[in-house]
Amino acid sequence: MMLLAAFPLYDFLFMLFAIMACGFAVGVLFSTNIVRMAFYLVISLGSTAGLFFLAGAEFVGAMQLMIYVGGTMVLLIFGVMLTAQERFISLQASGRDWILGLIAGSALLLLLLNAAFSVPKWTADRPTDTLAVDQSKTATPLGLALAGVRADKLGADEKLQPGMSGYLLPFVIVSIHLLIVLIGAAYMARTKRKQVVTNPEPTGGSAD
Amino acid sequence: MADTINQFLGLDVGSWFGYVVTSLIHCALLLQVVAVGALVFIWMERKIAGRIQDRLGPTRVGGRFGWLQTLADGLKLITKEDLIPADADRMLFKLAPYVAFMASFSAFLALPFADGWVGQHVNTAVFFVLAVLGLEVFGVILAGYSSGSKWSLFGAIREAAQVVSYEVPLGLCVVVPVFLCGTMNLVTIANKQAGLFTNWLVFHDPFTFCTFWVYFTCATASVNRAPFDLAEAESELVAGFHTEYSGLRWSFFFMAEYGSMFLVSGLATLLFFGGWHGPIPLFGPQMLDWAYAPGGADWALSGYLANLAGCTNFILKAVVGVIFMIWIRWTFPRLRIDQVITTCLKYCVPIAAVCFLGALVWEAMDIPSPNNLNLMSGQPSSTVREHWVLPQKPPATDEKTTPPAESGKPVAMKQSLRPANATLANHRPGQPEPLTQGGDQ
Repeated sequence: MMLLAAFPLYDFLFMLFAIMACGFAVGVLFSTNIVRMAFYLVISLGSTAGLFFLAGAEFVGAMQLMIYVGGTMVLLIFGVMLTAQERFISLQASGRDWILGLIAGSALLLLLLNAAFSVPKWTADRPTDTLAVDQSKTATPLGLALAGVRADKLGADEKLQPGMSGYLLPFVIVSIHLLIVLIGAAYMARTKRKQVVTNPEPTGGSAD
Repeated sequence: MADTINQFLGLDVGSWFGYVVTSLIHCALLLQVVAVGALVFIWMERKIAGRIQDRLGPTRVGGRFGWLQTLADGLKLITKEDLIPADADRMLFKLAPYVAFMASFSAFLALPFADGWVGQHVNTAVFFVLAVLGLEVFGVILAGYSSGSKWSLFGAIREAAQVVSYEVPLGLCVVVPVFLCGTMNLVTIANKQAGLFTNWLVFHDPFTFCTFWVYFTCATASVNRAPFDLAEAESELVAGFHTEYSGLRWSFFFMAEYGSMFLVSGLATLLFFGGWHGPIPLFGPQMLDWAYAPGGADWALSGYLANLAGCTNFILKAVVGVIFMIWIRWTFPRLRIDQVITTCLKYCVPIAAVCFLGALVWEAMDIPSPNNLNLMSGQPSSTVREHWVLPQKPPATDEKTTPPAESGKPVAMKQSLRPANATLANHRPGQPEPLTQGGDQ
């Protein structure tokens, strides 16, 4: 029983979700079948949502599921619709694509790693015994921040307050951007009607 | 409950072992709801379809009403051969039914059955349920694609178009009760409708009444039921996405479908029909006063009985919703795909948007509604509503952390939003938020 109590469940769950997320991300990379890629991507993103749930950020986790996993579904549909030449599509990346992808990916990875290790708060050791449960997980501060009030910055200096006034402007810019993308996608995916004048069908004459 | 198990086993309070056992029990109970629910609903569907078509339905198996018919069918399905077409993508073909079933089942984790009786307390439960339920379509698409059959692929693409379209009005409809109650917590939304049936949000104003019907239409479409079952469309596509499936894998799709039906009906019950609060507040403070006081008391037999009755009440209401869906299925002809999309984009979305604005105006202008009258309401609305007013002072630092012994479930990461959360929670009187794992036994 003491062994059971010593088992680090949360570390275990964290590692499980993290390994799933990374492993299936690699799976996306090395698969050639577009639907399997989408499936691996969904599992990878779903594991990331699991990490959010584990961290107590339920709203962000549900958001991850709804937006990214749902978005992957749309991606899958468009991928199948636009690239389907035969029954099971196989995507083979050429050597040039690999090199370009490696350059772009490693640049982003370096940037992210650099950013992650440059925050002193994240690298410092934290006492693990003071971690406590957050019973009142709520999305209200998130919504307030989107509407222009940073509930977590209310104690900040009076002069700095205007600089932390929430995310209303970026939110609106991003949403307008998305709307434009949406209209563009609908424009590109619409049925191209040919200007052919057809003979008008006789109407109402089908009774016989 | 986790603490009780830990004490029973002689472990420390807050050990993870009790928590794991608790979650296993919760999962097993919810699995019963989905599986046994599917058995009952399939039997009900057959009986109701029979009555609507002027015949008897199953009569032989298991006595008078044929109530064991589904179990017999299940046994038959287990013994059937598990066929995989030669052209299929084997891995995805095998996995697809489980994906659909998992999505439907996972959404039950956040669905409360009575005050505090919920698999996992999720503060944004409405959103969680919708997000997870949206994953079910992924199983259908995988099934349709990996079968290597044109009928299946047609069904899958139709399903994708349909579900992506119908999530828009569905979300708009769900937002209406959310802003009326000021929270996304399903327990709070249901508790806010305590009292006489006039407090149900469906009777809040004419707009919420319309919203409920739009919600129900969209929910029927999003769980892929007739008249929106274009993914199956057995008169055109053989059987749509599950053409190539047989045996137990095939039945998983149906368990997922009936589970989702119960889920969206349950969500409608919670959002619009008061959840476990009946038409008459029998266990409320006015009549018997058995129910737990808001804010959570210790375990009491009367409170347990009240919760049990509430759970029954909730299940009955949700089953009425399922029966309603069955009735619709056997009465309406199937729509064409263009009609389905027209119904969504030209009718459901505008109506939902108008209802949303109307309900907003109704609430903002304080037009009287049966909810405002608080007829026999156990909880005046002011005690339940989540406070949106921000504190003027920054929260004191000692409010940030709660002792782990109180909770039994340590979370491994800190949130930057913690101070604001703690303050908001402390400013919220009468919330059922102290109902932790101990409350759901």
